[in-house]
Amino acid sequence: MPRVYGGPAGWISVLVPAAIFVWFLQFLAPVAAGEQVLIGTDWVPSMDIRLSFLIDGLSLTFGLLISGIGALVTLYSTKYLGNHPEYPRFVLFLLLFMVGMLGLVLSDNLIALFVFWEVTTISSYLLIGFDSDSAKSRRSALQALLLTGTGGLALLAGMILLGNAAGSFELSEILTMGDEIRAHEHYIPILILFLAGAFTKSAQFPFHFWLPNAMAAPTPVSAYLHSATMVKAGVYLMARMNPTLGGTEPWFWALVIAGGFTTVFASLLAVRQTDIKQVLAYTTLMALGALTLFIGAGTSSAIKAAMIFLVVHSLYKAALFLMIGIVDHETGTREVDRLRGLARKMPITFVAGSLAAISMAGIPPFFGFIGKEFLYKAGLELEVASLWVTGTIFAASVLMFMAAGISVARPFLGRTPEALSSTHEGPAAMWIGPLILGGLSLWFGLFPDLPELWLVAPATWAVYGSTAVAVDLYLFREVNAAFILSMVTFATGFVLYLARDRIRALLARIIAANPIKFDPGWDRVLDGLKALAEWQTGILQSGVLQRYMVITFVTLAIGMGMTIWAKDALGPVVLNLAATFDDLVFMHWAVLLFITSGALLTAYTSSRMTAVAALGVVGIGVALIFIMFSAPDVAITQLLVETLTVVLVAVAMLKLPHLELRNEKRRPGHAALSLVVGALVTIVIVAVVQGDLDRRLTDYFEIASWPEAFGRNIVNVILVDFRALDTFGEIAVVVIAALSAYALLRGTQYRRVKRGEDD
Amino acid sequence: MVNSIILNAATRLLVALLLLFSVYMLLRGHNLPGGGFIGGLIGATGFVLYAMAHGAEPARAALRFEPQNIAMTGLGIALAAGVYAVFFGEAFFTGQWWFIGATEDDKGLPISSVLVFDIGVYLVVLGSILTLVLALEEEV
Repeated sequence: MPRVYGGPAGWISVLVPAAIFVWFLQFLAPVAAGEQVLIGTDWVPSMDIRLSFLIDGLSLTFGLLISGIGALVTLYSTKYLGNHPEYPRFVLFLLLFMVGMLGLVLSDNLIALFVFWEVTTISSYLLIGFDSDSAKSRRSALQALLLTGTGGLALLAGMILLGNAAGSFELSEILTMGDEIRAHEHYIPILILFLAGAFTKSAQFPFHFWLPNAMAAPTPVSAYLHSATMVKAGVYLMARMNPTLGGTEPWFWALVIAGGFTTVFASLLAVRQTDIKQVLAYTTLMALGALTLFIGAGTSSAIKAAMIFLVVHSLYKAALFLMIGIVDHETGTREVDRLRGLARKMPITFVAGSLAAISMAGIPPFFGFIGKEFLYKAGLELEVASLWVTGTIFAASVLMFMAAGISVARPFLGRTPEALSSTHEGPAAMWIGPLILGGLSLWFGLFPDLPELWLVAPATWAVYGSTAVAVDLYLFREVNAAFILSMVTFATGFVLYLARDRIRALLARIIAANPIKFDPGWDRVLDGLKALAEWQTGILQSGVLQRYMVITFVTLAIGMGMTIWAKDALGPVVLNLAATFDDLVFMHWAVLLFITSGALLTAYTSSRMTAVAALGVVGIGVALIFIMFSAPDVAITQLLVETLTVVLVAVAMLKLPHLELRNEKRRPGHAALSLVVGALVTIVIVAVVQGDLDRRLTDYFEIASWPEAFGRNIVNVILVDFRALDTFGEIAVVVIAALSAYALLRGTQYRRVKRGEDD
Repeated sequence: MVNSIILNAATRLLVALLLLFSVYMLLRGHNLPGGGFIGGLIGATGFVLYAMAHGAEPARAALRFEPQNIAMTGLGIALAAGVYAVFFGEAFFTGQWWFIGATEDDKGLPISSVLVFDIGVYLVVLGSILTLVLALEEEV
């Protein structure tokens, strides 16, 4: 029986974000009054990592968007995916993502922020790859993971640099010391690393290509992660760091150029798509570019415009994604050429989609119009790069108008074709989300005081770093340059919409002629990486034991030799070597002879068994040394291990053929290497013995062993009491090694059995 | 498996002695040379000897449990011995001691979580080595 509304997983997934949304509402009033709320507890006190949360205008705006849109999206998913066999897993990933995203925007500690940042990366990977049977999904998921993951590592490095520069990992402290950070010698590396994180996450050019591919995810995921929330994490980071890192020339140009370029580039690609979900994906890129652009521009009006646009975009874009999801769900296609006249069949979806699309097109009295007006106004007011900023945003707005037409007017208006005549309206759980979001786009436009007071003003203060900015949203006040520009936008956009087919053909030709392709280029980079890995693995991991030994010992010899040379330790050792020999008594010489003859026999014998046994002689000689220097525990262990090794190797070698000395030619080389390593080890040991041994630990254990641990055998007391955690780690390693070896042995047996069956 | 009457006959005596000795080494370890690691090695030697004389299959039967299970159980016991201290508000792996039957003059029989930990080590070493040796014996 199909689950009703996704079963318990369904309603839990709706109630959790809804409850969080309601919980956030209580902070609206204090934050609107300009307060910051700090909540926190120690997490890893020894490393100065706190689990602390900062609720100010910016994080509250994000928090409300994440939880509010989250509740609508999960409600939508109950119908969209409720009957999917893996639905509970989907819900788990989605809620995991939501936790990560909320943590990210609320974290006051940089390291905690990074952890949540990675949670969103990983959950995004799981969600994009949700349809794990499809190779395309898996590729897109991996691409997103690798790109944003690499950016995440850069970000971590940047955070550590920043934390050291500021002397604190708490954002609330870092935000107040912008001048010091900007003057710090590490400012440029910090900036580059932070922007690498933010640009990859928010898909800024040239890291843009993963986002359209990420649309392989189920539609609710696209609506939630890849338009309204996760991709805005990079924007959030830039906005959050603006008081600390912003306001400098490198910051300005990096953001303005990358943001502006992404804006135009993405909107051109958007109108070229035929899959409406792809159109929306590219317009999302455009929005991210615009947000980057205006945060980079950095003036109070630019920040204000960015914050308005942030809210505007989240509302309409989530609604549009959900809308196209309903269309896809009901008709089975998202191709713009095959959809026509759906308005009569799906009236509510049409209303919801139109509300959002009109807001996207920036037509009054919708909130999108206000957003666009303020973008224009801020662009025109800029002192530097005003033309570039205004120009890009104009071009983008025109194309946005056109994209809005392509994604809603085109599929919904006109006569319904025969193929779509049996289509009907989607279920209420699905259209309620886009309807609310689209409705809010209109409501916020008609009554701009609401978002101004509760969201935009506090967010602008937080990003600008001062509550001195006056935020006053209005729909229309006077005929100014921005208003005229808006009118020109509509006219141009409308003309372009009518000429869309020709423009698309032209764009297709240009794109086809362009030799630089990012997505295939990505594959080539990955292939190159794999080839490199294969090449170096082939050299280092040849599978020939002899070669492994040579590599290991050559490395060891080089390492020791360099150290001895660098420390200039050879001279005194050689001088003292003679004195060392003087101290040897008869018994020492006897053991020495014993060990040396064992070693020589190992090297010269042509029988494996003899070699193993002779190596055992060496081991027993070493055990004798331990006994002579009164370390009975070590000696016993050495003896037993030696015995068992001989048995083990002998068992393994029972079935091997007689040792053919095929490597006769290489023997001199091996002998030379052995002598070098042996000589170096000797030098190191003599050098160590010459220095004064630090006996503090030994003394402590000697004194403390009996009174504190009730044991007289210091070695054992150290193993099981003073250093029990180390021992525990070691025995865990022993178990893991044994199980791995067991798996290897059994693996070959299993293969043999299988091969036998096949024969 | 080696067909040798001397080995077969000697094994009967030696295995029992080795196992007894391994436990002895384990228990005396806190004050005298020995301990879980050495004890485990000796115990393993006993079973390896048995396997060599009579074959891997009888050795497995004599062991009663799969050697990898023994190793994992040992790891679990060692962990439990470490976690135990946490319940008394002390740091992970702090030794806990009891003196059973302690009187004014006699300190009684000392039992400690440290000993439990050492038993864990013993089982890990015994189980791990036998996992390897028995699998190798059966392989070749």
